[in-house]
Amino acid sequence: MEIPAIVGGGLVVIGAGIGIGRIGGSALEAMARQPELTGKIQTVMLIAAALIEGIGFAALFAL
Amino acid sequence: MRIKPLLITIIFLAVSVCSLYSKETNKKDVRVEYKAFKDHHLKDLHSFKIFYFKKEGKKKYVSFPLPVIIYNSGVIDVFLSSRFYNDKNKKVSYTFNNTVYKIDEKSEKIKATSLTGKPIKIIDFSITKNVVLILFGILLMTIIFVNMAKSYKRQSIPSGIGRLLEPIVIYIRDEIARPNIGERHYKRYMSFLLTVFFFVWFVNLFGLTPIGSNVTNNIAVTASLAILTYIITTFTANKHYWKHIFWMPGVPAPMKIILAPIELLGTFIKPFSLMIRLYANMTAGHVVLMSILGLIFIFQNWIGGTLSFALAFALCLLELLVCVLQAYIFTMLSALYFGAAVEEHDH
Repeated sequence: MEIPAIVGGGLVVIGAGIGIGRIGGSALEAMARQPELTGKIQTVMLIAAALIEGIGFAALFAL
Repeated sequence: MRIKPLLITIIFLAVSVCSLYSKETNKKDVRVEYKAFKDHHLKDLHSFKIFYFKKEGKKKYVSFPLPVIIYNSGVIDVFLSSRFYNDKNKKVSYTFNNTVYKIDEKSEKIKATSLTGKPIKIIDFSITKNVVLILFGILLMTIIFVNMAKSYKRQSIPSGIGRLLEPIVIYIRDEIARPNIGERHYKRYMSFLLTVFFFVWFVNLFGLTPIGSNVTNNIAVTASLAILTYIITTFTANKHYWKHIFWMPGVPAPMKIILAPIELLGTFIKPFSLMIRLYANMTAGHVVLMSILGLIFIFQNWIGGTLSFALAFALCLLELLVCVLQAYIFTMLSALYFGAAVEEHDH
């Protein structure tokens, strides 16, 4: 039986979603503990989220 | 409470909007028609349609034609795109210099054949809708920033729109360029970073206006921006950058041989991911927005209309954020790559 490519795409998107969710959650916790570092944490969070997002899009475009 | 009148206004508007469109039509046809409309919206066009209205059952377009510039085996053919439409707004072919030009129904691209019907290879340099909007963006940026720069000669505090944009310029310098590129080199890259940030932001914002622009939904536009980043990174890199790519210091020799091709590939993947990220984010935004608006035509009752209007309203607000966020990410990652290229190591 052949598994359609879109299933793989869906799996990658689930993975990317979990990843971005974890980044957002951890950043929120860190910001709540150390509000004075909010700016720095936000920058790093956005970069990491953008990199993961790139993987998600790459998977969707490879379909 | 201030929120109440706002909510009432939204619901009232939504109900009135959906009653405008709810007519007795075959639902399956509507679905197919709307899908075609949605796909059409994401394409680059050879004419600039602003809107249309219906008069006596016929569609009347308010639009203006754009110049078509085609390189055809040594000759450059220039004519207006209105030649492709007859009086009844149907697409027709146009014969010019012994070549038959025709706009393809599906892809909206110009196809050329000889008089006998043989296909001819052409290069299309036309001023399309996207090109017009890019030029408009450049014009807008030039006017705003030249005026802003002039205002600093009279007094040290900016006036007019400069008051709004100065904090953003300072933010890019102090939060993006300085920490990522480093105090010594950041000035060289500031002009590129500022240009790319404001350009991406402005063309993204045009996409939210009703003129139906989709400049960054075109992969060629984002590709050119990414190629600029790649060229600047490559040509301003110092010897440490190249050494880290081809002969990574501090790892055993067999590992160095394995790492070199991976690192080399990495230099291409970086601008590639920049291109895909901007393109895919903006396209996804447009597709979702168009799909939500399509709920009005699919449901054709007040529930669907209200739902669609409220969701589209919320999504537009989100898109405003996404526009500036994507511009920020593009600038930020470009700065990171420049920073990696000029970083100095002491080992």
